[in-house]
Amino acid sequence: MSKKVHVQTNINGEAVDFLCEPRNSLLEVLRDELDLTGAKEGCNNGNCGACNVVMDGRLVNSCCVLGVEADGCEITTIEGIGAAANLHPLQQKFLEHAALQCGICTPGFIVSAKALLDSNPNPSEDEVRYWLAGNLCRCTGYDKIVRAVLDARNGA
Amino acid sequence: MSQNGHKVIGTRPIRHDGVDKVTGRAIYGADIQLTGLLYGAIKRSPHPHARIKSIDTSRAEAHPGVRAVVTAHDLPQIADKLADLGEAIVNLRDASNNVLAYGKVLYKGHAVAGVAAVNLHVAQEAVELIDVEYEPLPHVTGVLEAMEDGAPILHEDMKTTSMGEETDKVSNIANHFQHKMGEPDDGFAEADVVVEREFTTQTVHQGYIETHNATALWNEEGQLTIWTSTQGAFSVRDQMSEILQMPISKVKIVPLEIGGGFGGKISVYLDPVAALLSKKTGHPVKMTMTRDEVFEGTGPTPGSYLKVKMGATNDGRLTAATAYMAYEAGAYPGSPVGAGAGCIFTPYDIPNVQIDGYDVCVNKPKTNAYRAPGATNAAFATETVVDEISEKLGVDPLEFRVKNGAKEGTRRADGPVHPVIGCIETTEAALNCEHYRSSLDKTANGKVRGRGVASGYWFNFNGGRSAISVSINPDGTINMLEGSTDIGGSRASIAMQLAETIGLEATDIKPYVVDTDSIGYTDVTGGSRTTFGTGYAAHATGQALIREMKERASKLWDVPADAIDFADGVFSYRDDAEKRGTFKELASQAGDAGGPVVAQVSTNPDGSGGGAFATHVVDVEVDRETGKVDILRYTAVQDAGTAIHPSYVEGQMQGGVVQGIGWGLNEEYIYNDAGSMTNASFLDYRMPTTLDLPMIETIIVEVPNESHPYGVRGVGEVPIVPPPAALANAIYDATGVRLRDLPMSPPRVQQALAENGG
Repeated sequence: MSKKVHVQTNINGEAVDFLCEPRNSLLEVLRDELDLTGAKEGCNNGNCGACNVVMDGRLVNSCCVLGVEADGCEITTIEGIGAAANLHPLQQKFLEHAALQCGICTPGFIVSAKALLDSNPNPSEDEVRYWLAGNLCRCTGYDKIVRAVLDARNGA
Repeated sequence: MSQNGHKVIGTRPIRHDGVDKVTGRAIYGADIQLTGLLYGAIKRSPHPHARIKSIDTSRAEAHPGVRAVVTAHDLPQIADKLADLGEAIVNLRDASNNVLAYGKVLYKGHAVAGVAAVNLHVAQEAVELIDVEYEPLPHVTGVLEAMEDGAPILHEDMKTTSMGEETDKVSNIANHFQHKMGEPDDGFAEADVVVEREFTTQTVHQGYIETHNATALWNEEGQLTIWTSTQGAFSVRDQMSEILQMPISKVKIVPLEIGGGFGGKISVYLDPVAALLSKKTGHPVKMTMTRDEVFEGTGPTPGSYLKVKMGATNDGRLTAATAYMAYEAGAYPGSPVGAGAGCIFTPYDIPNVQIDGYDVCVNKPKTNAYRAPGATNAAFATETVVDEISEKLGVDPLEFRVKNGAKEGTRRADGPVHPVIGCIETTEAALNCEHYRSSLDKTANGKVRGRGVASGYWFNFNGGRSAISVSINPDGTINMLEGSTDIGGSRASIAMQLAETIGLEATDIKPYVVDTDSIGYTDVTGGSRTTFGTGYAAHATGQALIREMKERASKLWDVPADAIDFADGVFSYRDDAEKRGTFKELASQAGDAGGPVVAQVSTNPDGSGGGAFATHVVDVEVDRETGKVDILRYTAVQDAGTAIHPSYVEGQMQGGVVQGIGWGLNEEYIYNDAGSMTNASFLDYRMPTTLDLPMIETIIVEVPNESHPYGVRGVGEVPIVPPPAALANAIYDATGVRLRDLPMSPPRVQQALAENGG
């Protein structure tokens, strides 16, 4: 075990300090150190998008970022996007469109889709499909997910 | 009010567990944290077939931070014994040896040892320090090669069972069976058109996004608790009890949210290892698989070889069909060839049929159920041959299917006679749908286009044990405990059936999936049985509550219980219109008339209901230069019996279609000469993404299942069955070349077009 490093970040609007080994991914830190388990590990190599978070305004696979790289960064996770009392329009549309089955990929999809709508509030279906191609879902066939995102346009 | 006269059934309420899942709060298997938690990792075989000469764990045990190491020698050795573990009959010795290899490893990725350490990285370091000495053996990964005399033998003591009798022959063929009906030779003699073709399919994986996980705590009193994501908590309990040879009463399984399964999360892999490590250390131990471990050590569904022959008369009537089906079982016997044989000709009424099935061991992971297991391989063959026969006869392929369609009274070659089914209704709906009636330009953008259709059948497990326990709150809401793990919205579909029965809203029911100590035995979420079987129990629970509320009303109103009616959600006394109340109104007073209102119901319906049929229509565009196939439009038609929550029925159809598209166009385990899978990552295995697909259109047909109070048929599995054949038929329509080997990936399509001048 190597020496732990002190990292200072801002997560979901709050200053958060943590200690991690240099080899720990941001995903490990979020899940195992900070109890932010909304980011999921599906592949641990950047292929499935289940662990997606926004770091300094950029959508990243948190499994491919080291915890130490988050020093000085602002991070938004699914836990920072909305809660039951104030669901983000994307979350509401995912519910209304039944855009989830098992739900394991859902946080990653919502984080990704929010990053899309933040940069492009009115994407076409092709643009939605292109943007979300980095998120794998094995249950839904994507139809209802794409519809939910399209329905959340402008309302976001 | 939905169209079918129901108040709740057929509506689309927001699922009860939805908010937790869109906000990241839902707790899946890997999310659990416990005090004193250790982390485990598995040492796996680098060889596809080898004798284990020795395992030296001393270096790993001495590694700082390591708390325990276990091997197969820590597992009780179990005699040959068959057990019913939900979706399959399993030999428990094989199940144990698959958890930790004993004597031999039978596939690359076969688990040989487990480690527990203070964190995952230390456990993974320790895995590298376990020294295993192997004697590599010749391996075989192809089903036909494995059947040859002289093939490397996986199990030296396994003799082929043929037609129900054990023979003296040691081979990789675990079992050969035959179903025969009528006289196929006579049937082919009557036929004017006979088509016989060979097909191959490759190994594919269920591909759930959540990897396998298990967290075990073996406490000082010998009580074992496992937190895991599984399709069947009680099945895990059974397996743990058998593999660890401990009383069932000592095992408690806590099912956490499950991130996909599709049949692949019924067998245990990590759970017994985590349990042994917890026993050794006295700490809870969490184990999760990496993605490559999931590909190489779990699932998959078999590669197969099929030869199908079908004959029809000039007036378009099928007269005979035969099939030779050889399926890879993987390392241990038990492929779904039996299920495939029960499905292969089932959408049709054919008088003369013979089916020969072979279950064959190969040096690949032990296969497991995957959505209509065995049926997709089978339909790829049959539905392509039917397409070819229709073409030779000059008839519309869907009209041919309607004319020869199975119906009530049609006998399957493997024995059962169909009750009321929706086979022909489904095919007719496809025939008449706007997509099928629309025109398609055969060329565009320098590419060629074509349309294909295919049908499919899956039995549906119209039975199984389910238990429900409810308590009524004074405000008339109901806490509903169930044992069916919710893999895609079944909390909602079950709660809706209870709500319908007692005249409440779906939101008045609070469904909870609970642990094995808290509810009666419930069979796995599999076989498309959950909305049917646990919904059946929910209806029975509603009936029990109505009886109980009549008793309570009888006391409150001081009238005879048998003079109280229940209709449209209202209890009323026949002889006095003043004495009436809704379920909710009575609930607030009922506790005063006999204590809290509760009910527990368990059911095990007889399983006589009909199965599920689907017919799909697809338009493709083929790039002759690259061999790439793009899907332009896809319509799935399916008989759901009664759609409880239509959005989730559509979702099952769309998800199944897309898995079938992946299987048809791209997915496969690619093995090198060393018997090693070379594409064990999501990047290289390449499941469909948003960018590969159009919207998936759905048409729900409702021919009610007579063995369910609301007419429910399972819907989850059959939609994966038609896609590969529908795609092959569409590619033929576009190019004039028939593909009979899956996947129809760009290199294969390109090669087939080059060889056939298409």
